[in-house]
Amino acid sequence: MSDTTLAAPKRRRLNLHVLGPVLALVALIILGASLNSNFLGYGNVTNVLARSAFIGIIAVGMTFVITAGGIDLSVGSMAAFVAGVMIMAMNSMIPTLGVGVPLILAGMAVALLAGLAAGLLNGFLISKIGIEAFIVTLGSMGIYRSLVTWLADGGTLSLDFEARGFYRPVYYEGILGVAWPIIVFAIVAILGELAMRHTPFGRHCAAIGANEQVAKYSAVKVDRVRMGTYVLLGMLVGLATIMYVPRLGSASGSTGVLWELEAIAAVIIGGTVLKGGFGRVWGTVVGVLILSLIDNILNLASIVSPYLNGAIQGVIVILAVILQRDRKSAD
Amino acid sequence: MKRRDIFKGAALGLALAAGPAAAQDQTYTIGVAIPSATHGFMGGLNYHAQDSIKRLEATYPQLSFVLATAGDAGKMVNDIEDMVATRDIDALVVLPFESEPLTSPVQAVAEAGIWVTVVDRGLSVEGIEDLYVAGDNPGFGRTAGEYFAENLNEGDNIVVLRGIPTTLDNERVEAFQAAIEGSGINVLDMQHGNWNRDDAFNVMQDFLSKHEDIDAVWAADDDMAIGVLEAIAQADRAEEMWVVGGAGMKEIIKRIMDGDPRLPVNVTYPPAQIATAIELTALGLVSETPVSGRFIIGSQLVTPENAESFYFPDSPF
Repeated sequence: MSDTTLAAPKRRRLNLHVLGPVLALVALIILGASLNSNFLGYGNVTNVLARSAFIGIIAVGMTFVITAGGIDLSVGSMAAFVAGVMIMAMNSMIPTLGVGVPLILAGMAVALLAGLAAGLLNGFLISKIGIEAFIVTLGSMGIYRSLVTWLADGGTLSLDFEARGFYRPVYYEGILGVAWPIIVFAIVAILGELAMRHTPFGRHCAAIGANEQVAKYSAVKVDRVRMGTYVLLGMLVGLATIMYVPRLGSASGSTGVLWELEAIAAVIIGGTVLKGGFGRVWGTVVGVLILSLIDNILNLASIVSPYLNGAIQGVIVILAVILQRDRKSAD
Repeated sequence: MKRRDIFKGAALGLALAAGPAAAQDQTYTIGVAIPSATHGFMGGLNYHAQDSIKRLEATYPQLSFVLATAGDAGKMVNDIEDMVATRDIDALVVLPFESEPLTSPVQAVAEAGIWVTVVDRGLSVEGIEDLYVAGDNPGFGRTAGEYFAENLNEGDNIVVLRGIPTTLDNERVEAFQAAIEGSGINVLDMQHGNWNRDDAFNVMQDFLSKHEDIDAVWAADDDMAIGVLEAIAQADRAEEMWVVGGAGMKEIIKRIMDGDPRLPVNVTYPPAQIATAIELTALGLVSETPVSGRFIIGSQLVTPENAESFYFPDSPF
């Protein structure tokens, strides 16, 4: 049942059932455009893509973790924690660095390092100590969430007003009308796709997820690759935070709630196998877009009671996956 | 620095509660059980609880306090049982984490002859508590609605962001709608922003794409107001509309004090209501002042003129 990246004849079949999520995405776009004339306007498209970027960047990293047979439940809390640390670090560096490019770069470095450290810790506990990924990341999910609440003293951590003004363009502006978060998300997705398809790292992830023992006997450094997936994910969480902080300039205990589930859902909608062995980065991108479009369309259309938004989201997520499974079993 | 102070405060509270109280004929211990500071409002509530305990301990040497914060209903029940069993409390001030699971434990406390003050969320059986202190949810919606009705013209358009779907949110929104009824204001849209900045930001972005003409926004909460203001700034439509939040977050109150035209007013739902409850309970123990009954704290309109009296720069909220 589980797909592997091996077996050349399977490729053609894959190409057929990968259409599932793409069809769902196209259907949503048509639905959106027919419900509201502003849907395909520049403003709305930019909004949807830019707000997809946080989950999207994280979900690309999650694709590698899940492909290698792991899971990371801590990314939402981790993002909140990294955002909190980044804001506190930047506020405390203002007297020495002043408000300017060095401050922003230092803040970005702090975010990436904090993400790296958090990913390293998860990866170390999972691959070296050998604790179940589900348990380790469930634990660190609680830890990071409490830490950010504690750092914020139960309230909200806010970036210094002036620094915020200087940093703000990183979310709101871009090149040639394409906002920075969209550009960064696109680069991460392209590099992720290349890494998954054309590097030993990507192939080793799939091999470990498909069968750890066989991978080990095939001289794949299982521990190191597995650790690598969590470190990569941690750094991408740092990168997503770099894009997130300039948006509202604040972090609190309610930042990034349920991001982990959205990221995991996007990965699975995109066709990556939850128990590992096969991953598809561009599918993840489609999954992320589907999830943000559903929200967007529900807000733009208000055809149903807002109480039912969650239910509609659930139905579409399940449909997108069924579409793809049906085709797979029909083949 | 503030975080250290919390530990100091807690340690001090414990030390005072444990040690024999000062040379007074009659000493009293008051137990305070509240939810932990998981979001802005509860952070403010924790701050005001600690603040009023510190003040009362200085004023009345015969009083000592036991403060417990709980992350869930089960922990809160344990805390209350411990307070009764080991600290021999004379009064309990409790903000029930949830009404149902806390009802019978608090009832048991009341039956043991201990004074019970319930704050904010009622218990599911009436008549257990000696004193009930709470904010005014319908008043919260009505005060905001009246401001909209007075300051907008017939045919003006507004959008509304709601909180997490709960009875509390329904009470507020129904009172708001009742207050603007007959004013000719059109409510273009209502969506749940879940009292969350990011959600409110997304919802407001979509409202702005969808509606050409919006004259005002009822964000119903200051966290949501921050997300809404950012979305409006992004769309470069700040000149068109003003925003009313709620609950009295210090950053928002500051901007009202400074006369920000985008934020004309705010409606209070004070986290300091816990201080009211603790003070009244203490007063009832140390004096003959009658304090039993219901104390509903009105939701007030904060304007640039009176904002200063609602500004607590040291509070985390």
